[in-house]
Amino acid sequence: MTATNGQLFEYLLRLGDDALILGQRLCELLGRAPEIEEEMALANIALDCIGQARLFLSYAGEVEGAGRDEDALAFRRDVLDFRNLLLVELPNGDFAHTIGRLFLVSSFKEQLYSGLCGSRDARLAAIAEKALKEVRYHVRHSGEWVIRLGDGTEESHRRMQQAIDLLWPYTGELYTPDALDRAMAEAGIAPDLERIGPTWLERVEAVLREATLERPQDGWMQAGGKDGRMHTEYLGHILCEMQFLQRAYPDAVAW
Amino acid sequence: MKEWPVWEVFVRPRNGLDHRHVGSLHAPDAEMALELARDLYCRRGEGSSIWVVPAEAITASRPEERESFFEPLEKEYRHAQHYEIPPEVKGM
Repeated sequence: MTATNGQLFEYLLRLGDDALILGQRLCELLGRAPEIEEEMALANIALDCIGQARLFLSYAGEVEGAGRDEDALAFRRDVLDFRNLLLVELPNGDFAHTIGRLFLVSSFKEQLYSGLCGSRDARLAAIAEKALKEVRYHVRHSGEWVIRLGDGTEESHRRMQQAIDLLWPYTGELYTPDALDRAMAEAGIAPDLERIGPTWLERVEAVLREATLERPQDGWMQAGGKDGRMHTEYLGHILCEMQFLQRAYPDAVAW
Repeated sequence: MKEWPVWEVFVRPRNGLDHRHVGSLHAPDAEMALELARDLYCRRGEGSSIWVVPAEAITASRPEERESFFEPLEKEYRHAQHYEIPPEVKGM
């Protein structure tokens, strides 16, 4: 079975928007991270994410063929047109939340990009290969922090557990496939989420164990981000800041 | 919050060269120091290997002892060029 251009476009938006919104969230920490060394690390990760977003969104623009480039897609779409996971749009919260979210998302992307490296779509495979190298480092950095905070002081343990508990209901959307995910897998473009989900979970559980954290029970899972059905109220505020310049001065080329 | 200890960072630019001191940073432990060193000192692809050393593990010479340490008596014979090369030795 082959996928239509429209389906591929939608799928590329998902990949691009995840990277874009997570990168934007991490950028918010500039000047606010607990230590300057860690601020630099998070800024580097944010830049990696923005770089990945550019690759996915430019490709999406080409596939769409309506003359929209990466900037048009990033800065001129409204909330309902975004296709990112709910998990990436949640606020940074305290450092445990920031790091916990980064770990959950990056460790999932590691599995996803690994699968995408074998995509039948050569361009997508090439992007995934580049992004995989970066995301492996993101997993390592955030995972090391989860372990240190979980297995740290009484307060850091409590806050890290709180963060994981709060983020957990947003993880279902990562690995639960919808019609588009299934179509992509059948067309050989993307890996089967039902296959990579358990691998991701195993890795996360291993880190949680080492961090002496409890793995939350799976209950009601939030969804609606990647299919654009229903974003959280936070996304609009992110776009306000991210898109301000383009909206205030459309097509500005000189400052 | 207790301040993180200081680590000295050494980077080897490429295989075959020595590790060079490039700076220092704060980090909670050795593994994190490595991570952060990568972010602070190798973010543009410099380096093929990093060492981090707790700054407090370094024993340093004292500036006030500089004279006795570095300016000892005239001992030119310790420099190789003090010796004249015999004409029999060729190719030097």
